[in-house]
Amino acid sequence: MSDPVDPDEEPVHRLLGLTDEEFETIGGILGRSPSDAELAMYSVMWSEHCSYKSSRPHLGRFPTQAPWVVVGPGENAGVVDLGDGWLAALRIESHNHPSFVEPYQGAATGVGGILRDVFTMGARPIALWNQIRFGSLDDAHNRYLFSGVVAGIAGYGNAVGVPTLGGEIAFEECYTGNPLVNVMCLGVLRREQLVLGTAGTEGSVAVLLGNATGRDGIGGASVLASASFDETSGTKRPSVQVGDPFEEKKLIEACLELYDKGLVVGVQDLGAAGLSCACSEPAARAGMGMDVDLDAVHTREPDMTAPELLMSESQERMMAFVAPDRLEAVLEVARRWEIDAAVVGTVTTGGTLTVRHNGEVVAELPADSLSEAAPVYKRPTGEPIWLAGLWNNTMDLLTPPSVDEALLRLLDDPSIADARWVYEQYDHMLFLNTVIEPGHDASLIRIKGTSKGLAVSTDGNGRHCYLDPRRGGARLVYEAGLNVALTGAEPMAVVDNLNFGNPEKPEVMWQFRETIEGISEACEVLSTPVIGGNVSFYNETDGNDIFPTPVIGLLGLADPMPAHPPRLDGARAGMELWMFGSQRSRNLAGSAFEKVIAGHVGGRPSAPDAVMARGVIEVAIHNARLGLAPAVHDISDGGAAVAIAEMCIRSGVGATVQFTDWVGLFAENPHRFIAAVPADVASDLETLAARWDVPVTRLGHFGGTEIRFENGGPESASVGLAEATERWREAIPRRLAGG
Amino acid sequence: MKAAVVVFPGTNCEHDVAWALGIAGADAHLVWHRETDLSDFDGIVLPGGFAHGDYLRTGAIARFSPIMDEVKRRAEEGVPVLGICNGFQVLCEAHLLPGAFHQNRDLTFICRPIHLRVEDTDSILTRAAEVGQVLTIPLNSYEGNFTVHDPAAMRGRVLARYADATGSVDDESNPNGSVDNIAAISNPAGNVAGIMPHPERAVEEILGSVDGLVLMRSFVESMEPARV
Amino acid sequence: MKVTIVVRRRPEISDPQGTTVSRALSDMGFAGVGTVRINKEIELEVEGDDTADVERRVTEMCERLLANPVMDDFEIRVAE
Repeated sequence: MSDPVDPDEEPVHRLLGLTDEEFETIGGILGRSPSDAELAMYSVMWSEHCSYKSSRPHLGRFPTQAPWVVVGPGENAGVVDLGDGWLAALRIESHNHPSFVEPYQGAATGVGGILRDVFTMGARPIALWNQIRFGSLDDAHNRYLFSGVVAGIAGYGNAVGVPTLGGEIAFEECYTGNPLVNVMCLGVLRREQLVLGTAGTEGSVAVLLGNATGRDGIGGASVLASASFDETSGTKRPSVQVGDPFEEKKLIEACLELYDKGLVVGVQDLGAAGLSCACSEPAARAGMGMDVDLDAVHTREPDMTAPELLMSESQERMMAFVAPDRLEAVLEVARRWEIDAAVVGTVTTGGTLTVRHNGEVVAELPADSLSEAAPVYKRPTGEPIWLAGLWNNTMDLLTPPSVDEALLRLLDDPSIADARWVYEQYDHMLFLNTVIEPGHDASLIRIKGTSKGLAVSTDGNGRHCYLDPRRGGARLVYEAGLNVALTGAEPMAVVDNLNFGNPEKPEVMWQFRETIEGISEACEVLSTPVIGGNVSFYNETDGNDIFPTPVIGLLGLADPMPAHPPRLDGARAGMELWMFGSQRSRNLAGSAFEKVIAGHVGGRPSAPDAVMARGVIEVAIHNARLGLAPAVHDISDGGAAVAIAEMCIRSGVGATVQFTDWVGLFAENPHRFIAAVPADVASDLETLAARWDVPVTRLGHFGGTEIRFENGGPESASVGLAEATERWREAIPRRLAGG
Repeated sequence: MKAAVVVFPGTNCEHDVAWALGIAGADAHLVWHRETDLSDFDGIVLPGGFAHGDYLRTGAIARFSPIMDEVKRRAEEGVPVLGICNGFQVLCEAHLLPGAFHQNRDLTFICRPIHLRVEDTDSILTRAAEVGQVLTIPLNSYEGNFTVHDPAAMRGRVLARYADATGSVDDESNPNGSVDNIAAISNPAGNVAGIMPHPERAVEEILGSVDGLVLMRSFVESMEPARV
Repeated sequence: MKVTIVVRRRPEISDPQGTTVSRALSDMGFAGVGTVRINKEIELEVEGDDTADVERRVTEMCERLLANPVMDDFEIRVAE
């Protein structure tokens, strides 16, 4: 055995999270035992978070190619071509665990990190979204986490000066000990501004920009320090990092000026794995090596050790790679924006990464071994034994519900209710681009000086994916695709955030693989390649995994953007109320109705229908482009009843709806939307729907001050618009006020 | 007509203000806070954002930026100076306008369109508007709660108050707790004005409102060429 | 009893506000200012005449509400 540590003590590499096999692989790469600094670097770079070692074998399934993909997965953000020299960069990432430890700072630093991923590519970040999931608001700690996360997103996003256009909020018991905080950022750039994470050629210098480096986020290094060396240095390591949006704002402007002036050959942000990653990955991508001098790093605290400097996750830092004759100009830009800059390395040939500290070499390893030699695990997968039982366990109501009562309770559910309390804390108007603001199916952003509009929707549904990960994953893509189509945009590309439980459990890996299969199938149908993503495993509490919760972010392009894109709130008295899509909608498995009204999660959600999905999307796009129905809303959580009620509430008008039976009102079958149709466009809309073979149902009309559901029998019911509005608006504020 | 849009580190509405000034007919230029000469400009705007991160106190550090002496000098010469949101806070800290700001009454950030009732048209911000006119303009602030030592002394210097859609001014229509619903004020000469909501965010139909244009145009019309 | 509590970010946790103020002071010409940390002071009137008991209760208040246990230290002064 090569185990160098006495048997009483856990060996250092295990404390750092490396397995014995991984430790031996490192020894094989180096031909000797690793130094402490080397061990630190391998441990962070080979962590699940950085190396994707459990997920990589499955991620290859995603379709990633299309003529408009400029940069696919693997870089800091995916980039697509919008035409006329314009590109868009999109990235999504999770900050689940930090947000549980300290909700404000965890969420804030999540926003900071996702912004850096996007402006690293040369893009100006123009919008943020977030997808946040918590346990029930009836619990005080969940209320604390929820309001803290929202305040952190607002505090950072508003101050850094990038609008937050909403996203998703959901509440489900399984997130109680493990909230999900996913953040997504969109940037735009001109093609000539695109920058990649490459170190360039021999002699390029590495300039570390931004915040000083402290002992942030290096729980692992404190293990190292206490176990083996330097027991005198800092006794406490912060587990919480504090975001500084002011520093980030200066960093954004400085970097964009560097790109504008063509002063850099490559850029890498410092996120997880800090300097270890920012030195090795760009060098490896360029097929080069690098000499790094840790003594040049500007630090916040004295006496930091080499492993601490290499592992630190201090926020708001970027590494720029610069030709030597441009160095002075780069430093001048940094001075002007009042950010610190330090030359910390030089690019070399030969592929070796050499790190010095206090004048001595503390690490010497092949740069590409940190990323490309990382282990890959084919973890066992197995269909959960409980799945068949779950599918058979369909909801059984003894008596039919009263439709009005069910509707009011659904409108009062915080996952469905008005999210205004959240998004009015976000600056969602900055940059004067927000055409469709938060609170609609998708955001719509114009690009000034062009005819283009970018539509973005983010969607997740843990219940559906728990009951059937493949169908659930596919339906998310179709739902997001329909949402952007309703604004007039053609779906273009997808990013995904895969939040899952413990990958060492075969059923979790099975859920993971099935989800990827479902997402991939739908992306192939819609021709929306996956251009980036993030995997978050180990979302579990006391051994209980969260529902598998993939989150899809879908970007669509409307060119030209409709002059008057349809909105949720555009229904007026006298307009007809139509439903587009399948009429055979009878499936309540995983629905909000099932959970909220029956307290049940079971059954098998209906399968998506690729042909219908594509047809409904085409009808939605053409409706917007031709300016036909001015108000539309997709049918999702809560089914048609909730979709209709939301349109009524937002438009301030009642409706009368014919229905056959109550199941159809609350079923969540996919590929359907509601439209408010003025008489003069009715025949054009019918022609359009017929062209795409999409069924149309005339359900009723808008008008009055009540939402009435009529079937000629005792199930007919009516809810006052004022009461519905009150329930829907107050659901979240009422709970936050103390239950 | 040349307008300077002052950029402090942490300012973030500078491009929006420049865009809206362009729509209102001015030629807007971004000027970094370390500059000390604004003699070339016919008007000066301090835009919104988080100058110096709003750390310590909002506007407190920005007030000492090198450019502020020059802003004061030009203000004394009668040049129009407008502070929007964070810019308003900086003008108060610099004592170019009276009053101060604290956190919103409900202790949350507020981003939504609100209604303003125009109270006085004798200023660079409101000269093109009418008294009693109701404008729909986005509010976007955390420390937007205006307070002043002696509200009675503000007579004739209040340019706009928070109101409801009919122009009624009361507690219900006060979004952030500002004293007497004050949303915009000026100095006695009327050439230095501050407004908490963002008129530059309401200048195009596609963005939901054009009610900010009358204010932006007032400012542009107030600018006299510095040199002929 | 009058109790004064000072809540401080732990020294190893960054304080962007303090860093910015430090920079501004040196910009304004105040030489020789090093690290700046910005803390929070809370004053409470607490009923009771047993100092040790008051301290114990206030400590619990700090641990549960007034300070953030993951990032703050606090110091309690009781004036009799």
